[in-house]
Amino acid sequence: MDVARVVVDVVLKPEILDPQGQAILGALGRLGIGGVGAVRQGKHFELEVDEGVDDDTIAKIADTLLANPVIETFTVSR
Amino acid sequence: MTARVGVVTFPGSLDDRDAARAVRTVGAEAVPLWHGERDLHGVDAVILPGGFSYGDYLRAGAIARFAPVMELITGAAMAGMPVLGICNGFQVLCESHLLPGALVGNAGRKFVCKAQRLEVKNASTAWTNGYHAGQGITIPLKNMDGCYVADEHTLDELEGEGRVVVKYIEGNPNGSYRNMAGITNKAGNVVGLMPHPEHAIDSLTGTGEDGLGFFTSVLSSLVASA
Repeated sequence: MDVARVVVDVVLKPEILDPQGQAILGALGRLGIGGVGAVRQGKHFELEVDEGVDDDTIAKIADTLLANPVIETFTVSR
Repeated sequence: MTARVGVVTFPGSLDDRDAARAVRTVGAEAVPLWHGERDLHGVDAVILPGGFSYGDYLRAGAIARFAPVMELITGAAMAGMPVLGICNGFQVLCESHLLPGALVGNAGRKFVCKAQRLEVKNASTAWTNGYHAGQGITIPLKNMDGCYVADEHTLDELEGEGRVVVKYIEGNPNGSYRNMAGITNKAGNVVGLMPHPEHAIDSLTGTGEDGLGFFTSVLSSLVASA
């Protein structure tokens, strides 16, 4: 069976504090790089799945484990 | 009859022994529960202790939530069994959706370890009935991901329904929304908090004995419901 690569990206919801993103923004300032107004840090997952694994299953994986829907949203690319 | 209080050990739990000691200190029997167990051994209440279950991989508490023993604890909690989640245990309760909201990294991005002042807001839960509302207590706080977050609606609901159990006072150590340090479910049997009452049961080795009330409270509630 062929194997497909599925990418799941997880980001914090806008209303959730992101201290790591703020730290990166601060570091950019110290690097002398201007013009960046905000940084939000997220997570990037690459899954190797059998062709038979459908979108609903991927969504379930993302919604129940990879992301916490209370604080995060996710997008799936395949 | 001696009350039996289960204390769960996940891979990476740190404070299971102190939690068990706190249970024994108030005269109850501490029952060790391994994360892989599919039997609660007839316990009357459960404590999910602090630590770094599964190394905090993915999110704090995210992997522990799917441990076999958690399936039983989730069912028992929804049926009314008293469950206390301390620090990592609080994170597990939020990931399990037994409590609303989530815990994220401290606003200051540093591990916080200090004697923390708290105000008891709700003194009628299974774990806080030995205190009185408005009481100030000091118990240790030590965590990396201790910032409690939830949406505005949930925060309003928690405050409106009196489900904030303890609040940080004299400074917010980790950026928790509305200074919330611990919350409870609607029934008041499930309580989660970031500070560690099990480390405040003996003046010789801790900040005092202000944490003992969590453990005496659950015994009182078990006697009352027996």
